[in-house]
This record gives sequence, C-alpha cells and structure tokens, in this order.
Amino acid sequence: MIKFDKFSLDNGLRVIVHQDSSTPIVAINIIYDVGSRDENPDKTGFAHLFEHLMFGGSVNIPKYDEPLQNVGGENNAFTNNDITNYYLTLPKQNIEIAFWLESDRMLDLAFSKKSLDVQRNVVSEEFRQNYLNQPYGDAWLMLKPLAYKVHPYRWPTIGKEISHIENAEMEDVRAFYKKYYNPNNAVLVVGGDVDLENIKHLAEKWFAPIPGGESFVRNLPKEPIQTKERKLKVERDVPTNVIHKAYHMSGRLDLDYYSSDLLSDILSNGDSSRLYQKLVKDQKLFIEINAFLTGDFDEGLFVIIGKIANGINVKVAEDAIINELEIICKEAIDEDELNKVKIKAESSLIFSEVNILNKTMNLAYFEILGDANLINLEIEKYKIISVDQIQKMANTIFREENCSTLYYLSKQE
Amino acid sequence: MDLTIDRKTQPDSRPIRSIDLMEPENLKLTNGFQVHLLNLGTQDLVKIELVCEAGLAYQSKTLISSFTNKMLAEGTKSFSAYEIAETFDRYGAYYSSNIDKDFASVALYCLTKYLDQVLPVFAEIICEPLFPENELQVLANKSKQEFIINLKKVKSLAQLYFPPLIFGNRHPYGQMTDVDDFNKVTHDDLRTFYQNFYLKSDSKLFISGKLDKKIIKKLNHTFSQFNIKLNANAIMPDFSFNANTEKYKQIKVKDALQSAIWVGKKLFNKFHPDFIGMQVLNTALGGYFGSRLMTNIREDKGFTYGIGSSIVSQKYDGYLAIQTEVGTKHTEATLTEIYKEIKILQTKLIGTEELELIKNFITGQLIRSMDGPFAVHEKLKAVILYNFDMQYYQRYIDEVSTISPETLNRLANEHLQKSSLAELIVGK
Repeated sequence: MIKFDKFSLDNGLRVIVHQDSSTPIVAINIIYDVGSRDENPDKTGFAHLFEHLMFGGSVNIPKYDEPLQNVGGENNAFTNNDITNYYLTLPKQNIEIAFWLESDRMLDLAFSKKSLDVQRNVVSEEFRQNYLNQPYGDAWLMLKPLAYKVHPYRWPTIGKEISHIENAEMEDVRAFYKKYYNPNNAVLVVGGDVDLENIKHLAEKWFAPIPGGESFVRNLPKEPIQTKERKLKVERDVPTNVIHKAYHMSGRLDLDYYSSDLLSDILSNGDSSRLYQKLVKDQKLFIEINAFLTGDFDEGLFVIIGKIANGINVKVAEDAIINELEIICKEAIDEDELNKVKIKAESSLIFSEVNILNKTMNLAYFEILGDANLINLEIEKYKIISVDQIQKMANTIFREENCSTLYYLSKQE
Repeated sequence: MDLTIDRKTQPDSRPIRSIDLMEPENLKLTNGFQVHLLNLGTQDLVKIELVCEAGLAYQSKTLISSFTNKMLAEGTKSFSAYEIAETFDRYGAYYSSNIDKDFASVALYCLTKYLDQVLPVFAEIICEPLFPENELQVLANKSKQEFIINLKKVKSLAQLYFPPLIFGNRHPYGQMTDVDDFNKVTHDDLRTFYQNFYLKSDSKLFISGKLDKKIIKKLNHTFSQFNIKLNANAIMPDFSFNANTEKYKQIKVKDALQSAIWVGKKLFNKFHPDFIGMQVLNTALGGYFGSRLMTNIREDKGFTYGIGSSIVSQKYDGYLAIQTEVGTKHTEATLTEIYKEIKILQTKLIGTEELELIKNFITGQLIRSMDGPFAVHEKLKAVILYNFDMQYYQRYIDEVSTISPETLNRLANEHLQKSSLAELIVGK
C-alpha cells in the first residue's frame, strides 16, 4: 500500500506526493503522456529522439545536467510505446533545484541546431549498438510489423529504420513539443522525506506559471482482429535458433490483463514454472524460454521466446511449446498452482516498492494510466482470478490464427 | 501568485559534507557464522545473503567457481532442484547467486511473513548441496550455448579479452574462458571447490530489511540442524604474477557496425593511498554523464551512444578501464580523442568550477546509492568485506571534498601515462 496526496494546478498539471522518511534522497518523476504510438508512420523513432533533445538546454538554463550534478543529483529518462518518463534523484536538501530544472524545460526548450545534429548521431549509434550490431537485436524490428498491421505498435520505439532518425527536422521537433510537452499532458510525482505543504508551494511557484496547452484527442487506428496465422522465417549469422511467438491480447486496463499475466507466470515465471521445468530441464529442447506480456496501454502481445538447444529440430521445439499451450487450454490448472503465481505477483509488487525511485515511478505510471491509486488495487485484481478464468483466457489467446511466429535461424554456411 | 520568478538563477543549494552509514548489528551464530544485521526499510521484506571468499580468482581451472556457485540450488541432501525452485516460487521468494573475481554469494529475498517456510531450504542450499550430474549437464550445455552467442557481441568479446590483456592470463584475475572448457567441469571439481572455499571462518551472512525480533533465534535454530565446522581458508591464489607486457590487441569482426574500444591498465585497490584521488580523477575523465569523454565523444561529436571509464577495486588488485562502442568509421578518431583528454588532464590543472561539480556529484552519488535497505546492504558489504570500519564513507567524503587540482594533476601524470595503457579493439 503506497499512501500519497494528489492535487492539480490550474494549468492541468497533476502532482502526486508520497512521503517516506526512511530515505535521505528525494525522487522526482515527470511522465509525459506521449510515446512512439503517437508518431507519424514516416517519422518513427521520434518520441525517443525527442527525449534526448530534452537534455539539450531549456529557455533559461543552457545545460540541464550540470546544475543537477552540481547539487549531487542524477537523472535519466526512457521512452516506450505509450509514455516518455523523466526521473531524477537528489539529496533532499536540494529539492528545489529539481523544480527549477524540470519546470524550465516544460516551459520552453532552447531548440539548438547543434543539439539536434548531435543527438541524431547519438541515437543512430544507439540504434546500431542495441538493434543492429547484436545477435538477434533486430528481432523486434521484424516481430512488431508481423503482429501489427495497422496500429502504431507496428514499429518499435527506436524507430523502423535509422533514416527516419537521420531525417528528423527542427520543425518536427517544435511541433512535437508544442503538442505534447504541456502541463496538462504530464504528471509530476515527488517522493521522499518531504513536506506536503512545501511541495504545494514549490509546485505553484515553478510550474503554475507555465501555460496549459491545447488538449488533443488520441485517435489511433484499432488493430483489426487477426484471422490467419502469420509466419516469418529469417536466417542470420547467429549460432542458435530462436523462436518467437506473439499472440494478441488485451490492453493494460482490461481485467483480462490480470488473468493473462498469471497465465504467463504459470508458464514461465521462476524455475518451477511449466515451460522451464518441462522444455528446458526435462526434455532439454531449449536452453532458455520465457513467456511475458508487452504490457502496452492499448491491446498488447503475449510473447513466448525460446532459444532452441543445439541439435534440436525447430519443428520439434515449436511443437513442444504448442503442446504445453494445448495442455493449459484443455486441462484446468490446480488451485494450488494458481495460488503460487498469485503470491508471486503480490511479492513482485512489494519488492518493486523497496526504494523511493521505484515508488514514484509506479505512482506516475498508474496516474497516466488513469489513477495513481490503481497501484493499491493491483493485488486485489490478481487475487480474484479463478481457475476457470485462466483456462478461458488461455483458450482466448492461444489460437493458431491469433499467432505471429518469427523463426530467427542460424544461417547454414 | 508571483509570475515573475527569476528562472535564470539557480535556487539555493547546500553541498553534502557528511554521511551516516547505518551501523549494523554484528554478532555470531552458534555455529560460528558472522552475521551483520541491518534493520531498515518500509516494506515487510528481508534479504539474507551469504558471502564467501570463493570468487573466480580461487579456481584452478575456468568455470569451476561460477558453476559451483550456480549449482548450489540445483539439489541438496533432502531437496531436488525442482523442490527448491517450487518452495521459493510458492512463497514469492527470489533466490540469486552472484560471483565476481573475489567473492561468491547466494541471496534469498523474501516476504518477512514467509521466512519460516523458505529459510530451511535456503540454509540447506548453503550447507548441504549435492551438485547432481544431470543438473550439471543442463547448466554446462546452456552456458556453453550462451557463451557462443556472446562471442557474436563486440562488447562481450572485449569483456572476455580485457582481463588477460591487463593482468596476464596466469594472474588469478586474468583467466580467460574458452569454448572447450564447458564440457570439462566435473561433479568432483565442484564438490572439492565447495569444500575448499565455502563455509570458512571468513564466510559472512548479511541480513537486511524490516526484521523480525526473532530473526537471530530463527537463524540459530535453522543452521544448528547442520553439522558444519568453519575452518580457515587454507588456499590462497598467487597474485604476484606481473601484468602482461603486451599492450595492444585487436580482434577483427567482419560485418561489425560498431567497434568496442577498451583502454586501461592494472592499477591498485581501495587500500592504496591514491585510490580515492584516482576516483575523483576518473570521474572527471569518464565517470559521469558530464565527464570530459562523454562531453567530447558523445555530446560534441556524436560518435557513440555512450562512453565511460571506471576504476575497479578488487580485494588483491584493481584496474582502470575506459569503455565504449563507436561506429566503425570513428574507431581511430575516438582513440585519438581519448588520449587527447588524458593529455589535457596531465598538462592543465582542472578548473575550480568543474572540480567543485565533481566533488558534489561524487558525494551525492554516495547518498543516492543508499536508497532503500537492500542498497544500504550493498554499501555495508563493500566496507565489511574489505575490513574497513563504519567511518570509511565519511573519510571518503572528507578526502574527496579537500582534494586539490595539483594532486589530481600529479595522479594523472603518475598513473595515466600513455605508455602504460593497454588498448583493445574489437570490430574494425
């Protein structure tokens, strides 16, 4: 249970305060309600490139990082399909520096040409480092457009291709900032040994003068229901065959999300899980296998990725996965097995609240999803799932025509 | 409301000049285990970690240390690997095994309310592991295949070749694993390694979280079920081998889009009088986002997604490593810029403003690294495993706060001479 206070400024900025006197640092998290799903299909990777530009100086402060480091702070940020999240930690006595820095880059950016030129290169190198110059690094670049044909989840956050990043223009940067980087499109969370009245004062002082932006309606195309199984086979210079199976599932706010999550835990969370015990340990068909949810806000994916043991036929390995999925579709699981994964879900939530930065991030994430208090309802939502619901969910998700399979194979020399 | 606030001027701030590391409670279990207890945190969680001097440096052939460490939970006298995994999963507990050059550890993270259920299993993992053949085969095959995948990554190749380059491959810190080694590890190797290096008089239990008053009683009760005798560790590896005289290695990777570049040298550890000064110097060079290497090579030239340098202390030695991955067409230019930045540190005194920022950054980093009980647990380990007292971090801050530009200049000239640095290029 995370306690918090919440208030809004007149410009629409939502502010959440969580008090924790056990830590010497404060964490500040600002989440903007924009992600790669909001990009133009011809200019992908832009939300993430923009995140880099947020560090290129704001209207009154030439350098973001320096003053923060100078008071013992540190920061970082990440972008995903749905959100862009900025977070920083610093010793509690210097908290106002964070308000000064974050409010200035919400007020206006410096829009420096040099920063854009350099960050285009930096992000291109990030693309090469993580997606192109790694074995299997480009798997998601292929799996996403296989699973999605219409919805913007069909491209990854890094972008479809490097040229989209290389071609980003200053006018795109300005338009993006104007549309999305407004107080009414953001949530500010402050966590640590802080005083609520003082935070109210600081929020008013630094953020209230920022004008609210125009609100917009997100109108994303809905992914049509998949009616036929999809398969893609690629051969690359990699030593191990890897199979990826992606099934469409519900969005993050749907109650089906919780039964899907428990289903993925039954299959692969922990060394006692089904896929690990049967396919890795007993049958030795895989060296590693994982089932997980992408957890996207809109309809997401239930993904199974297995690294096939050397010498094992790909078809045999795939059939073994399908066999396990058929078992869970046909045979109701034990109440006992369900309880096990419920406790695991509870425990994983409690462990995620062990430090102040994670707690503030969690609160911000749930507030953007709809309400920060959702975090305190998570455990209950898992607890009420029944054996029948798990079986029903398995039958809804694990249908051949709902599946996209990527075979990432070792090229035969 | 005042709309005319001054946004150009930074609000007031105060530097950090003191730090409190929470004192642990130190005691011994009836079986002789040293225990360090840290009662801290807001969530009903506990972490228990056993640390033994059984790291990679102690093995007589590669993989034995890490396989022994990983195999502890793969079957014990009364529990199969499956039963162990099942118990931990059932109670929402997490188990992890970790190894570095000096230390091997196993840790249990669990909800305080389920400690009684999982502690007996964790204790048996520590006290009565069996290292079953079948599980060893699974681990060997899996690790070998992962190893081969990693050989396709320029960064992993650099990690593999760097230690032997700077320490020499006969030094305990310079050993290098080969693909063929994976099938050579036997059950007896693990059994012997376990007997020689685990459960010695220097083995330590670190416990942190929101602790139950009865925790010591529980630990004593659980561990007293096993018949253990803690002897002194009798076997010490020979750390006296000289560093490799070779200073350059290139590994060509066809089709590479980026090169991994590592530049560095064998240095010294936390016990050396220049260690803290070198940490400050290293921070200026490549130890934070605003560092000179990052500012020049990423933020000005855009050659890389990231570049950093670090000074690592091991128990019996230490090293400096500058690491980056750059677009292959920038390999040469990056090396030139790295040496240029080092040269500047040797010839020009670091400015007051930059030095002040670095000092504040380092002290802030120390405070920030104490967020939550498990983070403080790590800080405490770093002190106790090196036999420092609890004032270590305060002395660290004092020394950082008072270091002069002249001292840093001396350190740059003494320890960063280009002729002493080794260079490893993987890619093109």
